[in-house]
Amino acid sequence: MINYLITGISLGSIYAIIALGYTMVYGIAKMLNFAHGDVIMVGGYMSFCATAYLGWSPFMGILLAIVVCTALGVVVERLAYKPLRNAPALAVLITAIGVSYFLQNAALLLWTSNPKTFTSVVGDGSVQLGTLQIPYVTVVTILVCLIIMIGLTLFTNKTKMGTAMRAVSEDKGAAQLMGINVNTTISITFAIGSGLAAIAGVLLCSAYPMLTPTTGSMPGIKAFTAAVFGGIGSIPGAMLGGILLGIIEIFSKAYISMELSDAIVFAVLIIVLLVKPSGLLGKSVREKV
Amino acid sequence: MNMIKKLMKTRKDSVIAFSIVIVAYIVMQSLVMTGGLSRSLSGMLVPVCAYIVMAVSLNLTVGILGELSLGHAGFMSVGAFSGIVVTTALADSIPSPMLRLAIAMVVAAVFAAIAGVIVGVPVLRLKGDYLAIVTLAFGEIIRNIVNVLYIGLDDRGLHFSLVKQNFVLNEGGEMIISGPVGVSGIDKISTFTAGFVLILVTLFVILNLINSRHGRAIMAVRDNRIAADSVGVSTNQFKLMAFVISAAFAGMAGTLYAMNYSTVTAAKFDFNMSILVLVFVVLGGLGNIWGSVVAAALLTVLPEFLRAINLNDYRMLIYSILLIAMMLFNNSSIKQRLLERRRVKKDLKAEQRKGVA
Repeated sequence: MINYLITGISLGSIYAIIALGYTMVYGIAKMLNFAHGDVIMVGGYMSFCATAYLGWSPFMGILLAIVVCTALGVVVERLAYKPLRNAPALAVLITAIGVSYFLQNAALLLWTSNPKTFTSVVGDGSVQLGTLQIPYVTVVTILVCLIIMIGLTLFTNKTKMGTAMRAVSEDKGAAQLMGINVNTTISITFAIGSGLAAIAGVLLCSAYPMLTPTTGSMPGIKAFTAAVFGGIGSIPGAMLGGILLGIIEIFSKAYISMELSDAIVFAVLIIVLLVKPSGLLGKSVREKV
Repeated sequence: MNMIKKLMKTRKDSVIAFSIVIVAYIVMQSLVMTGGLSRSLSGMLVPVCAYIVMAVSLNLTVGILGELSLGHAGFMSVGAFSGIVVTTALADSIPSPMLRLAIAMVVAAVFAAIAGVIVGVPVLRLKGDYLAIVTLAFGEIIRNIVNVLYIGLDDRGLHFSLVKQNFVLNEGGEMIISGPVGVSGIDKISTFTAGFVLILVTLFVILNLINSRHGRAIMAVRDNRIAADSVGVSTNQFKLMAFVISAAFAGMAGTLYAMNYSTVTAAKFDFNMSILVLVFVVLGGLGNIWGSVVAAALLTVLPEFLRAINLNDYRMLIYSILLIAMMLFNNSSIKQRLLERRRVKKDLKAEQRKGVA
């Protein structure tokens, strides 16, 4: 029971890290970035290449993944999303889907569809806690998630850039009038989101060591669900949503049905949204006539 | 007088558009007959028809009703598998494949419509992106359930189960849907002609709906829900109506699609399928039904075309780049300027003509 709970929290931590990327980008650019899941995959491959082909240490591998994904996030934002800043939301959505196809197919060409076996960056051992055996991966995942959460909360609440981000997400025009560079702020948001996706990718592949060009899509969708679950646009909401989603998934796998676990996760989401239409911690905006 | 003129014009427009579709059908059919079409292309005729119907029906939800749906493939899946069950169950009693396909499509439409009501009633109370994510979730739930669904047929009738272990058929019984393995050995009774007829029916129904009192009400809900509500349009009812009709046609497209392959699995109708159809709708133009038809046909054939000119490895990469480029172009200042220039030229010509007269 407790074992399941810990596995759930660990999986949920990964979802939470990915969901943070979704929710920050949504909060600021008001767009659903469907390519986010594929950035996870790129992060996984980068770390894999660094350790397997170049013989770098796992730590350097993670660093490379973060650097590449951050750069990728910024470049994609500049090339594909920035020209569409004033376009209808659907146009941006389709562009994001195009970027997602592009990343998947580029990965398919570069690394083929054969699954790569990822060697865990943390090693195989486990921690003995009373009668519980907790793998290192799980411990590290939860710790990393905690650090990211605390860091990000401090960043958005205490720093100048964080304040700028909150300002832009509240009212782009007014923020611009106050002398905030909206484009830079959005770029930095994408950079942070993509960097987080790289970390999530490495953690995900350490926990489930099969790497293919489509590795990122299902966790991407789940994390997106998590972000909506917690109230999209809200950072604490994404964390809560991610962890709850992970726990629900592991418990329904363990106690109800292996195959139906996804259906149960999504059903819970629907029920939550019907009761609280803007997610658990989302602000409900009153409609103006 | 003006109204009548306008009405005549829309009628004339749709007559022209319908005749283009019919001519396209005749050309394709004669190409198939004379063998002028490569094997891979003629194999795509039925899927293209199914995609066109999917795109047109999704356009009703996304373009006309104005609600983003990311789970359209779910209804396609419901339609596909109910259609398969019907055709298998009726295999002995109705020998004519065409009639069997038609009945299967009607049943599929009914089942997909029921799914549409189940999904629509709770979902359409939500707004914007939340609605989109819930339709996505429903699509995944439907896929997940079909993935563990076992249906078999024996002399006692049809049997359903979600668990493989307690699924026992009588002697001589036949499995129809076996969970994640899906369905195999389907009678491939879908034909290009059947697909063509389905397209015509879909276009006829949806275009008439859009130009009717109900259609205008639906568009009023899209443009301003509160204003529509205040003048007595029952918004929830019209939303649900558009959603359910859209689902029903997706179900028929599902049957058409499934009956073209010998094996079908639930995994085929996943999130990517929904997205694929959404891409057709957006590129064809929101609310533009004919645009959906053209976009669905072109974009399905495009990857095949790239395969034909020896770019097979890169075809999906090129597809994605084209997709991004088209979206960027569509919203760029270049297009605005081009349109502007054309309008200026037109105005100039009109002025010159006036001057001559």
